[in-house]
Amino acid sequence: MHYPRYNTLKRTVTFSLFLFFAVSLSAAESADGKQLLMDSCSNCHQIDMPNKASLTLQEKINRKGPPLYFAGHKYQQAWLENWLQHPRRITPSGGNYWANAVVVTDEGDEIDENKLTAHIAVNQQQAIAITQYLLTLKPFPDLIREGEYTPGKVPRMLAAKDFRKFKGCVACHRDEEGFGGVTGPELYTAMKRLTPEYIASYIRNPTAWEPRSLMPNSHLNDAPIYKLMNYLNIIVEDLP
Amino acid sequence: MNSVNRITSFFLLAVTLYSLSVTAQAESGITGKSLYQAYCSQCHGLYGDGFGVNSYDIDVAPRDHTDAGEMNARTNEDLFKAIKFGGKSVNKSPLMPNWDGNLDDQEINLIIKHLRKICCEGGQ
Repeated sequence: MHYPRYNTLKRTVTFSLFLFFAVSLSAAESADGKQLLMDSCSNCHQIDMPNKASLTLQEKINRKGPPLYFAGHKYQQAWLENWLQHPRRITPSGGNYWANAVVVTDEGDEIDENKLTAHIAVNQQQAIAITQYLLTLKPFPDLIREGEYTPGKVPRMLAAKDFRKFKGCVACHRDEEGFGGVTGPELYTAMKRLTPEYIASYIRNPTAWEPRSLMPNSHLNDAPIYKLMNYLNIIVEDLP
Repeated sequence: MNSVNRITSFFLLAVTLYSLSVTAQAESGITGKSLYQAYCSQCHGLYGDGFGVNSYDIDVAPRDHTDAGEMNARTNEDLFKAIKFGGKSVNKSPLMPNWDGNLDDQEINLIIKHLRKICCEGGQ
């Protein structure tokens, strides 16, 4: 016997059950992720949205790791899940306030490797759960213009000159391994780590994200911002 | 009625003065030294000698702020302009960024006082 209406009903029920369990699982992972974050990460990272008035220079100096309360805008899921299992340093002077790891020597100021600490690693299941939760943290939708950036072409040499000489980004950031400033995060991995919308928004107005950001606001309009991002797209391809 | 008006005026004046004082107040405990260390020392060095941890791979050497001769050749207005609007505004390197989005005028003046201390008064 063939019952088309019964089969349709069965399919609908099966799909609904699948959807229910998928959503429940995701919610459970996200809840577990929050607990894991609170237990293991909140000593070094700001996880809950703080009062803006508390984001002082002293808070920045005391900070041990980057704030995570806007992680959902900032990070790419695949990168985050992988990095949490295999963490490695992204900012050569450490993830905290740069001067905490720098010493004065006769040759000039240098990073003291003894002052840098390694980030803890988690297992795959924990990484997925933490990522699920972090990606829900999106408190600044007004700062993000969804889908605003379309990758474009830029001649590599000119773009490198723009990054290093004209915009001066290289003073704080590296655009290749071993070359560039050490107090900002490396940028040759930026397009794998960060969402393009966040990169554009942060360049446009760093202090809107972090009131005591140490990144200057160069008052760039969209075209020069996208030009820099096109360069980031070129250099990310150099990664093995 | 007059006394009500007077009380209302006094109250409004008090609220206005309080608002102005809060607006003009710098972040508690902030000093020229702490601002200099956070925003300037990355390139200019923790001691201000131009050998900051970021100075190694850039084309133009950061200014040595302990050089009294160089620093005395610059007025406070020159320094203010360079800090607020960047190196280009005083015909210097664009590698010196504009800090107008990060520092208010009061904070820039605190940094200038600190610069005068490290260049010419032997202070760190």
